[in-house]
Amino acid sequence: MSREDVLVSTDWAEKNLGAEGVVFVEVDEDTTAYDGGHIPGAVKFSWTTELTDPVRRDVLSKEDFEAVLSAKGISNDDLVVLYGGNNNWFAAYAYWEFKLYGHENVKLIDGGRKKWELDGRTLTTEVPERKATSYTAKDADLSIRAFRDEVVASIGVKNLVDVRSPDEYSGKIFAPAHLPQEVSQRRGHVKGAINVPWSKAANEDGTFRSDEELTALYGEAGLDGKKAVIAYCRIGERSSHTWFVLRELLGHKDVKNYDGSWVEYGSLVGVPIELGASA
Amino acid sequence: MCGAPDQAVSLPVGTDLGKQTVLAGRVVAGGAPVGGAFVRLLDGTGEFTAEVVSSASGDFRFFAAPGTWTVRALSRSGNGEAVLNAEGPGLHQTEVAVA
Repeated sequence: MSREDVLVSTDWAEKNLGAEGVVFVEVDEDTTAYDGGHIPGAVKFSWTTELTDPVRRDVLSKEDFEAVLSAKGISNDDLVVLYGGNNNWFAAYAYWEFKLYGHENVKLIDGGRKKWELDGRTLTTEVPERKATSYTAKDADLSIRAFRDEVVASIGVKNLVDVRSPDEYSGKIFAPAHLPQEVSQRRGHVKGAINVPWSKAANEDGTFRSDEELTALYGEAGLDGKKAVIAYCRIGERSSHTWFVLRELLGHKDVKNYDGSWVEYGSLVGVPIELGASA
Repeated sequence: MCGAPDQAVSLPVGTDLGKQTVLAGRVVAGGAPVGGAFVRLLDGTGEFTAEVVSSASGDFRFFAAPGTWTVRALSRSGNGEAVLNAEGPGLHQTEVAVA
């Protein structure tokens, strides 16, 4: 696996707008930005209403995933090129969900919407019309998804990587600093987890750091390359970003995203929690 | 939610400025507001903490903790930063000029 297999540059994206068999998809939690202007031809995905189950706290079911992709006009053999705001967090979550349901031909735009905008490239409010397809998903690949019991069983066994900010990890705050701090579950982190904030894997323009920088980052943080990895954050999207770095860019074989993340773990009764900064 | 919320709206109902430390301000270029700038909050050690996109009127806001913070803005009009010293809870405001 090399970067070219999983990432495209904004330059590549611009040169391939409208290319046969390539579908650009903008994903975000709040899709207001798409409505104000998006990459020409890009399809809109709301993470909140179209990539997560509307009732249960979960990813889409296989059937719902098939229905959404079919309605959006995405075929099994299309190359899906994902990007979004919030430093590609939700686009990375979408990437992980596409892989979960067996869509192999999927890539991220390096730097996402931020890089595209800072480059001064064209945005349009024109919404593309795509003919509906009949998309067929595979059964969920659970080798890339961790559930709560596995996280508890992995304490002291696997690498647990908490990718939230240092203050969320230490228990000083509940949520990222751009949000009100009103939630009520316990603070802290999974016992034994190391803290490598997702932001350390990215440059300020949103692009990923080099392989050499990334390897050094996780090595210095104490990640044991011979052991499996589970990444988590608060709701599972920042950890998708780190899952992408560890598995898709650095080629670690066994990396799972714990999408339940702190919102689930910090509400469980009796599980091991630690407070304080990383050692 | 976890993504950056719309920065154009006023403070959420129930925000207690006696308890919360809110850092707010406006991105400007030559005195004119810069909307759509990427505004990054860095802590006292320069570590990234959060990022939002400024509203059409250039406004941004973070919910942080008392301390010294750097607000750094990236935009098509250029980049810039400002330091905010929040000694305690309340609303702390600054202007970030980009060039």
